[in-house]
Amino acid sequence: MDAPAVIDALGPLVSGAAYEAGASVDFATIYVPADRLVETCTALRDTPSLRFNVLLEVTAADYLPRDPRFEVVYHLLSVSRRQRLRLKVRVAETGFVPTVQGVWLSAGWLEREVWDMFGIVFDGHPDLRRLLMPEDWEGHPQRKDYPVQIEKATQTYEPLEISEAEFKANMERDRVKRTQ
Amino acid sequence: MIHPDEHDHGLDPDLPILTTTVERIVQWARKSAIWPAQFGLACCAIEMMAMAASRYDIARFGAEVFRGSPRQSDLMIVAGRLSRKMAPAMRRVYDQMPEPKWVISMGACASVGGVFDNYAIVQGVDQVVPVDVYVPGCPPRPESLIYGIVQLQQKILRSRA
Amino acid sequence: MAELRTETMTVNMGPQHPSTHGVLRLVLELDGELIQSATPTIGYLHTGIEKTAEQKKWQQVIPLVERMDYLGAQSNSLAYALCVEKLLGLEMPQRVKDIRVLIAELQRLSSHLIWLGTHSMEIGAVSMLFYAIRERELLLNINELLAGFRFFPSYIRIGGLREALPRGFHDTVNAFLDRFPTKLDEYEGLLTKNDIFLRRTEGVGVVSEEQALAWGLVGPIARAAGSDYDVRKYFPYSSYETYDFNVPTATEGDVFARYRVRMQEMRESLKICRQAIDRIAPFGEWACDDTRVVPPPKDKVYTEMEALIQHFLIYSQGFTVPAGDAYVPIEGPRGEHGTYVVSDGTNRPWRVKMRAPSFMAIQALPSLVKGGLIADVVAVIGSNDVVMGDCDR
Repeated sequence: MDAPAVIDALGPLVSGAAYEAGASVDFATIYVPADRLVETCTALRDTPSLRFNVLLEVTAADYLPRDPRFEVVYHLLSVSRRQRLRLKVRVAETGFVPTVQGVWLSAGWLEREVWDMFGIVFDGHPDLRRLLMPEDWEGHPQRKDYPVQIEKATQTYEPLEISEAEFKANMERDRVKRTQ
Repeated sequence: MIHPDEHDHGLDPDLPILTTTVERIVQWARKSAIWPAQFGLACCAIEMMAMAASRYDIARFGAEVFRGSPRQSDLMIVAGRLSRKMAPAMRRVYDQMPEPKWVISMGACASVGGVFDNYAIVQGVDQVVPVDVYVPGCPPRPESLIYGIVQLQQKILRSRA
Repeated sequence: MAELRTETMTVNMGPQHPSTHGVLRLVLELDGELIQSATPTIGYLHTGIEKTAEQKKWQQVIPLVERMDYLGAQSNSLAYALCVEKLLGLEMPQRVKDIRVLIAELQRLSSHLIWLGTHSMEIGAVSMLFYAIRERELLLNINELLAGFRFFPSYIRIGGLREALPRGFHDTVNAFLDRFPTKLDEYEGLLTKNDIFLRRTEGVGVVSEEQALAWGLVGPIARAAGSDYDVRKYFPYSSYETYDFNVPTATEGDVFARYRVRMQEMRESLKICRQAIDRIAPFGEWACDDTRVVPPPKDKVYTEMEALIQHFLIYSQGFTVPAGDAYVPIEGPRGEHGTYVVSDGTNRPWRVKMRAPSFMAIQALPSLVKGGLIADVVAVIGSNDVVMGDCDR
């Protein structure tokens, strides 16, 4: 099933969406407008002639300085039909993509990873937090304008140190509690 | 470690007595029974397992008792790349180990960052914990790690109690 | 009896825990011994490999991707090499394909041996680790023969292999293949009917086929739940379609089913290895003849000017890959290992992304352990066969 065939099959299911066949060397690629993504994905999953029931991968690529800057890439698999499909969504730095977690469960962490690495916002995602980087990290490392090496002191854990007087005070407080 | 000829104890030379110092015998005991913490980070941890297992058998050098809890161990083998996110946790493990304690930095990533000269990896665990022995390799062969442990044993034997 | 006041307890497990297979952290909410919720935290081994790969030349990425999933190292490099070859439009000679199949299957065996050893050790059968590593050392010997390196031989390259097969390769592989089946029987004799092992694994961490596919757990986990999806059968690569083997499946979807599937997979891998080693001639081609990618043979380099220049260019600038993107999946030890590569037409990749089966397995972990006992968490993590290097990359 090549890209025009997929677009033809989707045409009556998602009315008015402007799909675009992409060039590829392996399997069908279609560009999906961000605002019709969830409808498209639901149709791709539920229509018997398509039935892409597995979302294998969500990733992105940063095409700086092109505009729109990012492309979010979805790799789908239909186990029963032995077909693969690639969806691409173009998104600008300030734009966002709707989450497809309602369609495929596996999208949850994959989208979180894309947010963590590229800073692409997934609208409606219930838990869009850092996944791989520490919670307090600044910047999105996979962006092309993020440096590979950074100058940053390593954060470590500081052992809790208390003075002898504090230690004794703690013990004393504890002792009062026990006698009560 | 015990030199019968150097220490004339003034007794009958046929008596089965050797003299030594408390310090030496303590260090000898420490070096002969190193308990490493079971602390694996990445690929090197698999070679560390191989070192402990059938063919290489670190038990020959008395260091086979891998402990799950850092509170029971005196050697931390930092086996693998240390990410910035993991650094505080590793420091915590180190702080939980009782004195005296030693650290072996296993592999290129732990020692200097290895091929991963990037934002995510700490370029050398000596930024986080003091290291006694560095073992090169990516990952080091089990023989290299055993050599590192033997070097550490020599270091322990030489140090002051 | 008066109502007892109970409250849930929060237990932190990891990132340093003997049985989380590396640096996985789980926060468990416990009601007595029952798990109410589990929250995994990953990223403790995030290495930035994908970012580093963008700075390297195409061929230099091979050692980096091998260090992602460090137990299935050569599956990674095979996926990456196939992906770049797809962009380049290269077709490998049959002998190279067969050698790659052999190497990938040996890698699957060695990965499954580590899985078997650690998984059974964590649920009580400590001696299994020693047996499994005993046989794994023989596989590492084969790696060492190939490239002088036990762990990451980087023998599979873009455009073929690194060099010709070493002398004695066939004998070493055949010796291993002769020895291994009896050892597999030994492992199964120790575990498959072992009462303690059965009680720890049967009915634990159950996942249905539908759920497994929804979570993207394609691979041994889905096959243990009834799916027969295997990339080697569905989308054959590197001439797997010419090999005779079965895809083992089970329907229970529990830890024991995953154990049975993986043990059967090892026997099937042996079958493939036997066929492959019989096909591989001791001498022959070890790379394709595309001079853009593969340096010319040494005798030409010493005598012909063009060959010398080409040799110099390949080793100094590297080669360029046509602009475009490709995704190539292969069946790794943990499931579908896919590589997504974007090229902008230069000598360095624009983007390299690996699909990580362990990432999906950890994402699905909370739904697998919920409602179970705390001791079963260890069994479920082990049976999912997660490698944190693969998960965090």
